[in-house]
Amino acid sequence: MTNDAKQMTNDKLNKPSSSDGMKRVDGRLKVTGAARYSAEFNVKGIAYGVLVGSTIAKGTVKSVDTKMAESAPGVLAAITHFNCPKPPGYQSADPNAKGPVKVFFDDKILYNGHPVALVVADTFERATYAASLVKAQYVAEKHHTSLKDNMANAVSPHDDGEYKRSIVDAWQSAPIKVEQEYTLPSEVHNPMELHGIVARWDAADKITVWTKTQGVKDTQNTISQTFKIPLDNVQVNSKFVGGAFGSALQVWAHEIAALIGAKVVKRPVKLILTRADMFTSVGYRPHTWQKIGIGATADGKLVGISHQAVGQTSTYEDFAEGPADVSRQVYACPNVSTSNKILSLDVGSPIWMRGPGPATGTFALESAMDELSYALNIDPIELRLRNYAETDPESGKPFSGKNLREAYKMGAENIGWSDRSPKPGSVMKDGWLVGYGVSGGIFGADREPATVKATMMADGTLILQTAVSDIGPGTATAMVSIGAETMGIPVDRVKFDLGDSSLPPAPQQGGSTITSSVGSAVYMACNDLKEKFQQLIGNGGTNKPDYVKVLKQHNLPKLEVTTASQAGKEVDKYAMYSWSVHFIKLMVNPATGVIRLDKVTCVADSGRIISPKTARSQVVGGAIMGIGMALTEETVIDHRYGKVVNSNFADYHVPVNADIPQIDALFVNKPDLNINPIGAKGIAEIATIGMAAAVTNAVYNATGKRVRDLPVTPDKLV
Amino acid sequence: MEDKNANFVSGAPGEEPEIDLGPKDNSRRTFLKQSALITAVALAPAPAVKAAEMHFDERVAEAFEKMPLKMEVNGVAKSLMVEPRSTLLDILREQLDLTGTKKGCDYGQCGACTVHVDGHRVNACLTLGIMVNGKKVTTIEGLAKGEVLHPMQEAFLKHDGFQCGYCTPGQIMSAVACIREGHANTEMEIREYMSGNICRCGAYPNIVNAIQEVKGGGFVV
Repeated sequence: MTNDAKQMTNDKLNKPSSSDGMKRVDGRLKVTGAARYSAEFNVKGIAYGVLVGSTIAKGTVKSVDTKMAESAPGVLAAITHFNCPKPPGYQSADPNAKGPVKVFFDDKILYNGHPVALVVADTFERATYAASLVKAQYVAEKHHTSLKDNMANAVSPHDDGEYKRSIVDAWQSAPIKVEQEYTLPSEVHNPMELHGIVARWDAADKITVWTKTQGVKDTQNTISQTFKIPLDNVQVNSKFVGGAFGSALQVWAHEIAALIGAKVVKRPVKLILTRADMFTSVGYRPHTWQKIGIGATADGKLVGISHQAVGQTSTYEDFAEGPADVSRQVYACPNVSTSNKILSLDVGSPIWMRGPGPATGTFALESAMDELSYALNIDPIELRLRNYAETDPESGKPFSGKNLREAYKMGAENIGWSDRSPKPGSVMKDGWLVGYGVSGGIFGADREPATVKATMMADGTLILQTAVSDIGPGTATAMVSIGAETMGIPVDRVKFDLGDSSLPPAPQQGGSTITSSVGSAVYMACNDLKEKFQQLIGNGGTNKPDYVKVLKQHNLPKLEVTTASQAGKEVDKYAMYSWSVHFIKLMVNPATGVIRLDKVTCVADSGRIISPKTARSQVVGGAIMGIGMALTEETVIDHRYGKVVNSNFADYHVPVNADIPQIDALFVNKPDLNINPIGAKGIAEIATIGMAAAVTNAVYNATGKRVRDLPVTPDKLV
Repeated sequence: MEDKNANFVSGAPGEEPEIDLGPKDNSRRTFLKQSALITAVALAPAPAVKAAEMHFDERVAEAFEKMPLKMEVNGVAKSLMVEPRSTLLDILREQLDLTGTKKGCDYGQCGACTVHVDGHRVNACLTLGIMVNGKKVTTIEGLAKGEVLHPMQEAFLKHDGFQCGYCTPGQIMSAVACIREGHANTEMEIREYMSGNICRCGAYPNIVNAIQEVKGGGFVV
């Protein structure tokens, strides 16, 4: 699968029908309901845990009355910090160090909804009812949950200071300039599967969990450290993950709580968060304020960019996603300064959410570029091309692969960009204002260490094993595809085994790294396996041996290899990114402010496309998450209580089917062989990154109204 | 700057306000007694009311609070004893181990729990088990005929109408009902009538394509 690799023609790949290509290898299990997700393993003797959250945002727990709960039918235990057996890892941790919530460890309340009790009962209904009987009393302290009101207290995070390239604020001296502020509310991942766990103690020092995680190895490690039991005695299973988008990148308080509960009641405990808990207890994209100053010469050459950002974090963890960094990377611009600050508030910690950093950062940068294009009276695509970075503006290194010009061209043709009027608010069709918008996305293309065990069985089945998770992108399908192609066997002869901490190590499924990392490991393991067959055959062998025959001739039940793979010196040589361009055509009702998306086109420049069907779905899904960011999603906190007040799907609006038109996902599909032997780069993040600005830019083109605080709800347009 | 009304609930810092979050006596016994005295006599199971009146201990009362539930699930007759408060969703998932029907919100807002009751789509999380007494329930596990997938399942596979697969059973049950109801005549109509089923992975266009193929193919659903 190197240069001479079989490559699908782009003509076929870019036909916008998802009916082409190989079906998902786990699809049948998913469409028949046979796929079991984390908390669906109804193991023997199971009990049910329900958490009780605090009703204040900051302070201490004075008392928790659990008497009524304990006398309710079926209740096995009510656990609070007063009676909780403390995990040894909590006790040995530095009490002053920042880190995740230590559940039931002390009396501190860190956010509204902080767990104060766990009730365990023999049925879910009984546990839920008994939890409602728990009465907590608090000593409340004054809390701060508003980003806007506390911005002056923002600080630079430890590992990410200020960045300056040449002259600071050079943009101010440019003949044409724009300076604006952009804000993004908190957004919640809200995967459809609620976070849940089945926790079981197999012995005093042995644990098995079925939990929702993007990294079984990382979860295994955290549990091992928290309870101080040997790593090999912790078995983590996560075969199917019902979406995550970043929310399952760490072990959360409820998972440790379930393990504590299981230890206390000496039974396996199932604990599933409520949808409301999903808004406070498993992270979110942080509420972020940004300010951009950008200036250009009259012919559209950028003179300078200044990009500041302040994002919220909790008081107990310094989460920083660095949204302003995109302004260092995207355009050839001589003078750039960026600043990323964080503000500690009395809220639950944020965590990475699809496109972390650039999704927020490009909303500001790509909005500002659009504003600049109107100030210059230059087409927004043309402005971007005039400032096209041929080499990485930050490091000066060549790109491992960048074909963004082609992506602009493909997308512009597909959306019908030539029909766009450069004059905002000038096109009306059937009583609706029509507008077009464009915006780009960028995300680092990393390759993490991964190990794959490849086994050829006597019956000709190839088994590939590694401890990766598949949260939905179709990892198993892509890996089977690589394995089949490399070994020269049909895809239905390949099995991919994942989501099990006892398998060889793989990275967390995050940061768009899996196809590059695990895909390369699969490719290399299969080549090693072929080599082993060649050695068996001798005399140089044949390029496509009959594996079944060879094993039979040598009287072997199977032949296996375990291959470790990681990035090499190329990381020093090249700047590595995936790129995207998003195009939107939309209509705005001038009377009601209602926005109707008419056409969406996304182009990904992300190396070779391994699995066309699932790649296309990835791009479409990522685009929809970006549309939600632009148009509907907003977490609302009532600052009097520091409480999220719209923690359900009726009040927090994710896009639904009626909101979404057909979306064309196109691929440049040029292998980037400088980054890995399969030439593939990530798609998941770039599908979302840049979409929000494409939408707001189209809204401006349609109406002449520039919305700089997301989401663009109809009230902002009338 | 400071948050306005930051301590609306709890008074000024330094004080130690006591917050009582629960009603004085929130036991089921009290509820049942009150219910019996007011209007719910007909709704509360008689033995349970009786037990409450007689000050039976909660743990004794529980034995009387289950009600018989007879229903047909995927063509198989089921005879259960369930608490009146148990939802059809929790009964399917926790008592019958039919985990194909998913829990996504428990408020009827996401559609992941969609099943058919006597052929019509309902949110199993908003349906108490005892409400389907004597009825036929079809879940995703009962849609295929043995090894032969339902045309909608095939179409979801072909058009990749899902990613993580968690909302998928609900989407498929809804999609089948959408066609049966006569609400799958145009793309816009499908989008409208499938909007009770949220897909966070964003497979909506593919779901629409799958439904259009089944509808256009003239399959009996």
